[in-house]
Amino acid sequence: MATPTPAQAPSEPPAPAAAEPRIQLRRVVKSFGPKRVLDGLDLSVAAGESMVVIGGSGTGKSVTLKHIIGLLKPDSGTVVVDGVAIEQLDNRRLTEFRRRFGMAFQEGALFDSMNVYDNVAFPLRRLSRKSAGEIRARVEECLEMVRMAGSETREISELSGGMRRRVGFARAIAHEPEILLFDEPTTGLDPVNTAMIGEVIRDIGERLKTTTVTITHDMQLAFRIADRIAMLDHGKIIAEAPPEEFKGLTDPRVQQFIHGDAEGPLSADQEERGAPARRPAAATH
Amino acid sequence: MDGSGASPLPGRSWPWKLFTGEVLSAVRQPGAFEEGSSFVEARMMTEGGAGRATPPSVADDGEGGESRAGGRGSLLPAPFARFLLQMGRFVDMLGRVFAWTPRPPYDWRELSRQMVKVGVSSTPVVLLTALFTGMVLALQTFTVLKRFNAESYVGSLVGLSMVRELAAVLSSLIVAGRAGSAMGAELGTMRVTEQIDALEVMATDPVHYLVVPRVWATVLMMPLLVALADGIGIFGGYLVSVVLMGSNPVSYLNTSFQFMNLNDLMSGLIKAAVFGLLLATIGCQQGFYTTGGAEGVGRSTTAAVVLASIAILAADFFLTKLLF
Repeated sequence: MATPTPAQAPSEPPAPAAAEPRIQLRRVVKSFGPKRVLDGLDLSVAAGESMVVIGGSGTGKSVTLKHIIGLLKPDSGTVVVDGVAIEQLDNRRLTEFRRRFGMAFQEGALFDSMNVYDNVAFPLRRLSRKSAGEIRARVEECLEMVRMAGSETREISELSGGMRRRVGFARAIAHEPEILLFDEPTTGLDPVNTAMIGEVIRDIGERLKTTTVTITHDMQLAFRIADRIAMLDHGKIIAEAPPEEFKGLTDPRVQQFIHGDAEGPLSADQEERGAPARRPAAATH
Repeated sequence: MDGSGASPLPGRSWPWKLFTGEVLSAVRQPGAFEEGSSFVEARMMTEGGAGRATPPSVADDGEGGESRAGGRGSLLPAPFARFLLQMGRFVDMLGRVFAWTPRPPYDWRELSRQMVKVGVSSTPVVLLTALFTGMVLALQTFTVLKRFNAESYVGSLVGLSMVRELAAVLSSLIVAGRAGSAMGAELGTMRVTEQIDALEVMATDPVHYLVVPRVWATVLMMPLLVALADGIGIFGGYLVSVVLMGSNPVSYLNTSFQFMNLNDLMSGLIKAAVFGLLLATIGCQQGFYTTGGAEGVGRSTTAAVVLASIAILAADFFLTKLLF
């Protein structure tokens, strides 16, 4: 299992677009009351690809992720995963279908009534027919992968924010899902923990050969882990490119987001390009 | 709302929506709305009227998730719509509990954990309440019955009141305040920290996993608690009458059980089980549909106690009418 982590791979060409996309959202519309959160969103993710969706707060990132895993259903449009339209599955088949997904939630969403071991073992007990010994081995393996080895007996309340996320990752990968979803994995973490999380996500993607969708507003993380980056604004994808290309996109909204400028098309009406960047990225945490 | 991209069946009538489960799925989404349905219009009034309807999934993205829709066209006045929504969710939750109960896996460990939580830890306060209720009842009836020279009937009065009515109602109210509120807070916290979503993602029905054991633990423990409360209440009455007022101990005990039959006892215990079902389901339901962070959890906890208490008192009337 000790595959060495090679240097950053974004320079490699992303998976060929000709292949059948693993995940495809087509013209997805979703409203909450009068607020239209997704407004004809199109997004496709190729098999084995690490897709990062970026966008500001309230642009519909979490909602997008919840559509992929069927926690929310689109008002119109369709979400196709492996050729199956998710929104048309009934509850039982949806539950069955979700076995191929692993999802890491924003703050970990760990069960605080259990310790670390039981949290990571939860999907194994629920989704697999492994014996107690196999479960133990798998839990240890997963915790090792997220650099939390030896923390099995700790209570959730004892863990720091970064640790919680990583235990959440371990829980998400425990049942060997083919598709991994990360919801804002670094929000509220310090730069060192952010870097650590980025490394862990890369590591997981390379070792498990999963298709990964990460949503974040953290540009550092995006460049660190993405094969492709898509930017979401007002419920639509406004730009999509591999990281290197993404940096060079001329769309003022993209540039504003990358440089973390207060002024620009994203916040106000005025369009101001090339403003001096105060900080290299939107990593304000 | 601009109408385009509305729900997939825009022109359908109400019965059709009920039939297709469209209403059900709308009821089941905590704080999330579907556009274009007249039912949802009413709901938006409701939640807008409540002040802070933040669809959790939108709130996740930070600010901007507020959807205040108060004042928009509605089928029904807001309080009535709110009442209907609560009733709908309650009936739905009850149905799901019954539907999931027979299905494996059976989580006996969780059931017994909840039984300890609901039953054992509520015992001291329930017994204390029963003791003082019995004592006060004896004091009050003694002074009144003495005017008719009927103080020997204090025992039967205290006994019957406790067994048929007071033990069940008072214990349920206390368990609603103790365990029902805890359920609301616990499930509410799990909802706002996405633990319930996490369960669903890991192919675990949250109602099956969280609500079923809590409801049945309460249904099983309430009659036991009430049986204990019956005994302690009668003991409290004995204490006051015999020790304080100097009644004859033998005749007190005689009259206590002279007019009591098994039906009296059973009706109290049946009530207790029904109240348990009500308070646990309401507590869980309030927590389950929590929206809006820590404040939302607080609201759910309060609502769990208030609604459960009202339900218990109302159900008590109808059960009494039914059982006698």
